[in-house]
Amino acid sequence: MRLLDVEGLSKSYRQVGGESTLALDEISFQVDEKEFSSIVGPSGCGKSTLLMCIAGLIPPTSGTVKVKGIKVNGPPQNLVLVFQEYNKSLFAWRSVLGNVLFGLEAKRQLSSDAQERARHLLHLVGLEGFERHYPWELSGGMQQRVAIARALAYEPEVLLMDEPFGSVDALTRLELEDALLRLWKELKTTILFVTHDIDEAIYLSDRICLLSRRPSRVVQRIDVHLGRPRHQLATRADPKFVELRNEIYKQISDEAGK
Amino acid sequence: MKLLKKINFAGLASLGVLLLLWEIFTRASPLLQLYFPPVSRILLSLYQLIFSWELAGHFLASLGRFLSGYLLAAAVAVTLGIVLGHFRTAYSLSEALIEFLRPMPSVAIIPVAILFLGIGDSMMVAVTVYACTWPILINTIDGVRNIDRTLIDTARTFGLGRWKALGKIVLPAASPYIVTGLRVSLSIALILVTTSEMIVGGSGLGFFILDEERSLRTSNMYAGIVLVAMLGYSLNRLFLFLERKAMSWHRGMTAGE
Repeated sequence: MRLLDVEGLSKSYRQVGGESTLALDEISFQVDEKEFSSIVGPSGCGKSTLLMCIAGLIPPTSGTVKVKGIKVNGPPQNLVLVFQEYNKSLFAWRSVLGNVLFGLEAKRQLSSDAQERARHLLHLVGLEGFERHYPWELSGGMQQRVAIARALAYEPEVLLMDEPFGSVDALTRLELEDALLRLWKELKTTILFVTHDIDEAIYLSDRICLLSRRPSRVVQRIDVHLGRPRHQLATRADPKFVELRNEIYKQISDEAGK
Repeated sequence: MKLLKKINFAGLASLGVLLLLWEIFTRASPLLQLYFPPVSRILLSLYQLIFSWELAGHFLASLGRFLSGYLLAAAVAVTLGIVLGHFRTAYSLSEALIEFLRPMPSVAIIPVAILFLGIGDSMMVAVTVYACTWPILINTIDGVRNIDRTLIDTARTFGLGRWKALGKIVLPAASPYIVTGLRVSLSIALILVTTSEMIVGGSGLGFFILDEERSLRTSNMYAGIVLVAMLGYSLNRLFLFLERKAMSWHRGMTAGE
């Protein structure tokens, strides 16, 4: 079933001089229910802008975003965005548990089983025993786990993630990728994941939407036919993985040569 | 043991030496005693004034004015600061007015307050509110304007409405700044209460101090000053205690002890 529908979405910014620059140029793609999709593109191509438009945090200049057929006009109830900068996104004055409970509080669903659900999610992201800690007492990778648990406690139908592992070290990144895949499988949510890392996108996704340089257009939609569960070593060594990566690199360098 | 470690014995000792010198020199010179009664006599006066309940009324009058002025200012300035900090239009509309009024010495408003409110409690409280508002307001506005965009966007993506976000996100996120403003205003409040009591008279520690000076009861005057100082000190300790409780989350994430 179709969950997310982006149609002809464009976004232009007015610059200081009064001229406007086009960041997103007629972007269209769809995401099906329970699918893990990625958006890949070079740094600065407007991926974050695209995600902000989908999340209803900024209005597009033209085009529409529909979640379950309903046009997005302001942040939708059934969708939540995880930011790259976990240290700016977590609430420093709340404990880890308090952060995870925030979404439920905002939804006015702070019943007794909310606590239980929050604790369960912290268990799933491997943060059992850290409920009473403040975010700054945790490492970067752990903080992003808190942010992910907080987003999932909200029980969104679509989870948007803006380069969530972009500011953690390489080893933590691999750990977090696998943790995310486990959560996605267990909770059966739909994920739209933005990254500039082609390997990461292939490793995680069912489908990839490849964007060009600014002004961003959709270059190609790629289906990833790799089995699940995936494995950091085996999957990345799979000839199909290598072939896919080569294809995407070629696309990007062709695009850059134009 | 922990408590003993915290006490600055060297500092207390130098204060003790100073008071001892005061005592020795004033006892040696009767002329000096007119202006500086010996410390022992000041403390005796304080003791007598306190236990004859002569000061209780003045003390309570000052404390009441202080509390109503300070708390009212805190409520008004924090609310206003959050709105002005969060909504750009509101800020640009009020910026010029704030920048004009803020540098003016607050005691200059006392005649205006007397003109409108007479010489009662309401005038003294109004003056205190006015003076205390500025540091809290300016710091709150600064704190709100320094909040990262991502934090607000996070609240929005969880469907939190704009007005609700002001209380749930903006207020706690700006609280380290707000607390700074509140601390500055604490001493300002006591200054304004004491000053206005001296000007309009009737009751309060400020009035008592000036009245005893005019009656040439200098040791009582100093006793009043010591009591005001003790009041200021206690209020400051109480503030720091409450701040430690409320801001424990912030102390750990920043430098300094």
